[in-house]
Amino acid sequence: MKHLQIITSIFAGLLFGLGLALSGMLDPAIVTAFLTPLNNWDYSLILVMGSAIGVTAPSYYFIFKNKAPLFDTEFHISQIKEIDKRLILGAALFGIGWGIYGLCPGPAIAQLFSFQFEPILFILTMALSMFITDKFSDKNPSAHTGVQSDE
Amino acid sequence: MNLEILNSGVFTPLAGGLLIGTSAILMMLLNGRVVGISGIFYQLTTPSKKPVWQLGFILGLLTSAFMYYRITGQAYPEMIRPWQFAIVGGIFVGVGTRLGSGCTSGHGVCGISRFSPRSLIATITFIGTGIITASLVSFL
Repeated sequence: MKHLQIITSIFAGLLFGLGLALSGMLDPAIVTAFLTPLNNWDYSLILVMGSAIGVTAPSYYFIFKNKAPLFDTEFHISQIKEIDKRLILGAALFGIGWGIYGLCPGPAIAQLFSFQFEPILFILTMALSMFITDKFSDKNPSAHTGVQSDE
Repeated sequence: MNLEILNSGVFTPLAGGLLIGTSAILMMLLNGRVVGISGIFYQLTTPSKKPVWQLGFILGLLTSAFMYYRITGQAYPEMIRPWQFAIVGGIFVGVGTRLGSGCTSGHGVCGISRFSPRSLIATITFIGTGIITASLVSFL
């Protein structure tokens, strides 16, 4: 089953990367135009998110009627329900970073083979700050329970 | 055939979202995994177990984005802010996605699609602070 998981992950990655490229999210100008609604608002990212959720939500509904995924023994879903300060603070900081540079993790990584200097710098500082955050925040739920808590 | 729609600015975002959604559906149906790029990237850079499927996913993502620009003959979109902003942005995104357990894909697409209240709150929060920050930065 491991081999099947890897093959499906590569295929899903291909779809995701193509989707990102088509969506315009690799372009900080489009992202910034979306995040500045008072100044010539570009609403196209709503269409991206809307169509993604539009197909995913109903599909998830039927998928979760199964006991397990096809190539694994269980669904790896976060069991954390609590809306705490850590979640809000983290999301708030992430949004600030997104607003500052106009890239979120997926598009930043998808920019890698453009070999532009800035996205590579962005990815490196992102990796480093993730590492440091883990070192200094002992309340990381995934570190303690071993549960895959990342969304 | 009417090809106007291809250039209307509506087709590519919708198609892009559709592909992102299809990717998320396949990963859940087949592997039981949420497509959260910050989480996948994190597992790849600080591996505790061998992150093999994560590597496969990221390689797929890199390849298809590269092929898209190759085949269409377009250049990769250019950055609009100086490199110092990339450093500061990268720091905030790294710390924020760790503390907040996710990013646009994990919370915004997958989390909302499974009606997770945490993800809904997170998404509203990061779009909110994103709008405030981008609006302030645009005045610089």
